[in-house]
Amino acid sequence: MLARFFDSDFFYSFRRNPVAMVSAAVVFMIIVSAVFSPWLAPHNPFDLASLNLLDSFKPPFFQADGELSYPLGTDDQGRDVLSAIMYGTRISLTVGVLAIAFAMVVGIGLGLLAGYAGGAVDALLMRIVDVQLSFPAILIALLVDGIARAALPREFHDRIQLWVLVVAIGIAQWPQFARTVRGSTMVERGREYVMAARVIGIPSVRIMLSHILPNVLGPVLVIATLNLGLAVLSEATLSFLGVGLPPTQPSLGTLIRIGNDFLFSGEWWVTIFPGLTLAVMVLSINLLGDWLRDALNPRLR
Amino acid sequence: MALLEVEDLRVEFPTRRGLLRALDGVSFQIEAGEILGVVGESGAGKSLTGAAIIGLLEPPGRIGAGQVRLNGERIDNLSPERMRRIRGKQIGAIFQDPLTTLNPLYSIGRQLTETMQTHMKLSDRDARERAIKWLEDVGIPAARERIEAYPHEFSGGMRQRVVIALALCAEPRLVIADEPTTALDVSIQAQIIALLKRITREHGTAVMLVTHDMGVIAETADHVAVMYAGRIAEIGPVRDVVRSPSHPYSEGLMGSIPSLVHRVDRLRQIDGAMPRLNAIPQGCAFNPRCPKVFDRCRQERPGLLPAGATRAACWLAEAGNG
Amino acid sequence: MVDTPVLEAIGVSRHFDVSRPWLQRALNREPRRFLRAVDNVSFAVPRGTTLSLVGESGCGKSTVARLSVGLYEPTSGDIRFEGQDLAAARADSRLRRKMNMIFQDPYASLNPRWRVRDIVAEPIRAFALLSGDAAITARVGELLTQVGLAPADGEKYPHEFSGGQRQRISIARALSSAPDFLVCDEPTSALDVSVQAQILNLMRDLQARLNLTYLFISHNLAVVRHMSDALGVMYLGRIVELGPAETIFARPLHPYTRLLLEAIPDIERVGTPRTPVGGEVPSPIAPPPGCPFHPRCPLANDRCRSEKPAHIHVEGVDVACHAVQEGRV
Repeated sequence: MLARFFDSDFFYSFRRNPVAMVSAAVVFMIIVSAVFSPWLAPHNPFDLASLNLLDSFKPPFFQADGELSYPLGTDDQGRDVLSAIMYGTRISLTVGVLAIAFAMVVGIGLGLLAGYAGGAVDALLMRIVDVQLSFPAILIALLVDGIARAALPREFHDRIQLWVLVVAIGIAQWPQFARTVRGSTMVERGREYVMAARVIGIPSVRIMLSHILPNVLGPVLVIATLNLGLAVLSEATLSFLGVGLPPTQPSLGTLIRIGNDFLFSGEWWVTIFPGLTLAVMVLSINLLGDWLRDALNPRLR
Repeated sequence: MALLEVEDLRVEFPTRRGLLRALDGVSFQIEAGEILGVVGESGAGKSLTGAAIIGLLEPPGRIGAGQVRLNGERIDNLSPERMRRIRGKQIGAIFQDPLTTLNPLYSIGRQLTETMQTHMKLSDRDARERAIKWLEDVGIPAARERIEAYPHEFSGGMRQRVVIALALCAEPRLVIADEPTTALDVSIQAQIIALLKRITREHGTAVMLVTHDMGVIAETADHVAVMYAGRIAEIGPVRDVVRSPSHPYSEGLMGSIPSLVHRVDRLRQIDGAMPRLNAIPQGCAFNPRCPKVFDRCRQERPGLLPAGATRAACWLAEAGNG
Repeated sequence: MVDTPVLEAIGVSRHFDVSRPWLQRALNREPRRFLRAVDNVSFAVPRGTTLSLVGESGCGKSTVARLSVGLYEPTSGDIRFEGQDLAAARADSRLRRKMNMIFQDPYASLNPRWRVRDIVAEPIRAFALLSGDAAITARVGELLTQVGLAPADGEKYPHEFSGGQRQRISIARALSSAPDFLVCDEPTSALDVSVQAQILNLMRDLQARLNLTYLFISHNLAVVRHMSDALGVMYLGRIVELGPAETIFARPLHPYTRLLLEAIPDIERVGTPRTPVGGEVPSPIAPPPGCPFHPRCPLANDRCRSEKPAHIHVEGVDVACHAVQEGRV
């Protein structure tokens, strides 16, 4: 199985594309350092006992007052910026991946239904998609978040804020999946293998799940990758605007917002390094997604 | 000297698993005014032969060896720019799908006049009159009124008529028609074939007619080349190849076609399938499927040998002569 | 006792709504538009025989194929399977498994993500004909052998096979529910002639061995002649001539049948020029009044232009033509 993968055209196209290989390496590194941050990070930014206010605002190691034990410097509370970034990336990625998973499940389900059932069901679902796509995604996320804040008690809300973000971003992104899946489903539904299943009386739900779904996953994978970048950015934007994750649970966006206050007083590293990390991560994910789209497009082969 | 001479043509595709020979040692000639049919199954290389001649091989495909001569001059090594001038002026092309040839954004009149004016010195008025005459010639009713119409306003059969007019309007010496009737219904097919035959006869144009339909070839062509796995298996006058084929492959091919005239209980079938390009056997490419195979076929590749009225790439032909 | 036909169609029509979306229709005050894909078609397929429907694209033959296995429901008329209403028959899995279908495009008719063994086993599992993986695997191997493939081929994916081999897989799948009746929708038109011969021979062998009944759809008259006991010629949704294949080939009555026979290129006719009949098939959305063939018919008169011809019986053949009825042929 593994040998077949390494021999495939897919892997060949990957090996031939340096941009894809570099992006994949960067994404891989970021993911590893984020997932294993409790073990890899030099400090634990959440361990209040280890924080020392005397260490606050240390510049990165390459500047005059810098120390190697805080390679990217420290913030106002003496937290190691590198460690905060690693922990923050972990939170950002968690929100992004969960949001995409949520959007994928909803989008694929409704897209399959619209494409396979057609008629009024299709018309209704696609009008909902049209309406939602005419609002900026971030606005929808703000709206969902606002509703959650108003409806839930404060304390409870803070505890489940991560999940609120996941749902808010997921709801903003499902229409893209639904639209793509619907289009591919309509093509597949007309194929003869689907007719063959209908002739012997296979139930519609089973045709959708076992016949059509595996054949529409290619484009979904591409959108999922491209939208992961978008989801991470949405989370950062929300957190930057102060409606995202609280400082007790800082994501990259939260770090950028906190650091933003010190940007003009000279402590640029507190916000620039998380910002750079976010930019590099989103760029790599998008480049990887672009390559994936080309590699999976049979017409470009 | 024949109008078109193809000599030992080889087309290869570099792949990551090595060089594939899609055409190998293909040689034939077409005289002025002659219709040569090229038949074969999908993947036999018949369309590729046409594409190689008019310089429209899709990269990474390339001519690896051999020569193509038009009027005695080599055209296989020309620059893309010079080849473009030869296409249209000296060689016309008709493809299976008329929509790929016609530009949907221009009226058919404009496409015809532009093609003619690119290759001939004609005033706008003369070009227009000629375009109308061409449309009448290919059987478009009310040509004068419809010259400003766009391709989508025509039916499939009518579009193919326009394509024929477009391929012939610059009065080329040779037309390469690749499956010109495959996308059409039988009753329309008959009309288009009759039209193609009449018009090329009238203008003395040579035709290379590529098709998988042996019936079309039988009715239209003067000579026929049967292709198999990128090589010519047999070539000769159409009557002889159809009625008394010498190559076991052509023999099997003719026998496998169901006939309208008499019904048989079982069709003759050639077991197996044509090899893929990366698995062409040593010796004769047909040897694993051949009912008359013998040792030499598995080792040495036969060239085209005289076999009765035709020439066949088969060692049996040599035995027959000897 | 007269054996009931396996499949019988009585006055079957199928119309498709091809209107534009209601908003545009309302804005432009357009009426709804219908495509009469199949118009008042009747035929019967006796057990163990092959009825072929032949015609050009848009004549409705593929719609008849899909109606016959219940993929479409008729707009009007009755389709009976084993003497029962088709919808009722299809609701009963014991009867439903007795019909199956072979499709035209060997590249679209097999799910590219499924292994061949699962493709062939799908009907067996759907109808719970066998239980246990071992029994199913054995049966799949048997079916693959029956169509000229090896049991080991079941492990592969469809893309590893050639067009002809895929069509064999398609046939194996169709046979796996042990059907009596197969609808074959242009099963060889995507194949090369030498492969077509293999598939046609295989289908005839299987018919003889398993006593299968075929409804065979094709545009190729030579293939139809090779396969059929009975023949129906379709034009613009109607059957214009229906009868024993040999009779029709020997003595075509309807002018359209004659045109088709005349138009087919045949290798037996080297260099024979044909006199092609002009004109093209009109749009089925706005078929001509009277006999739909009259604009192209050399025998058309005023009656043909205004009155739809009824089917008349001429020496075993059903034909819908005023000229035949009036003896003008």
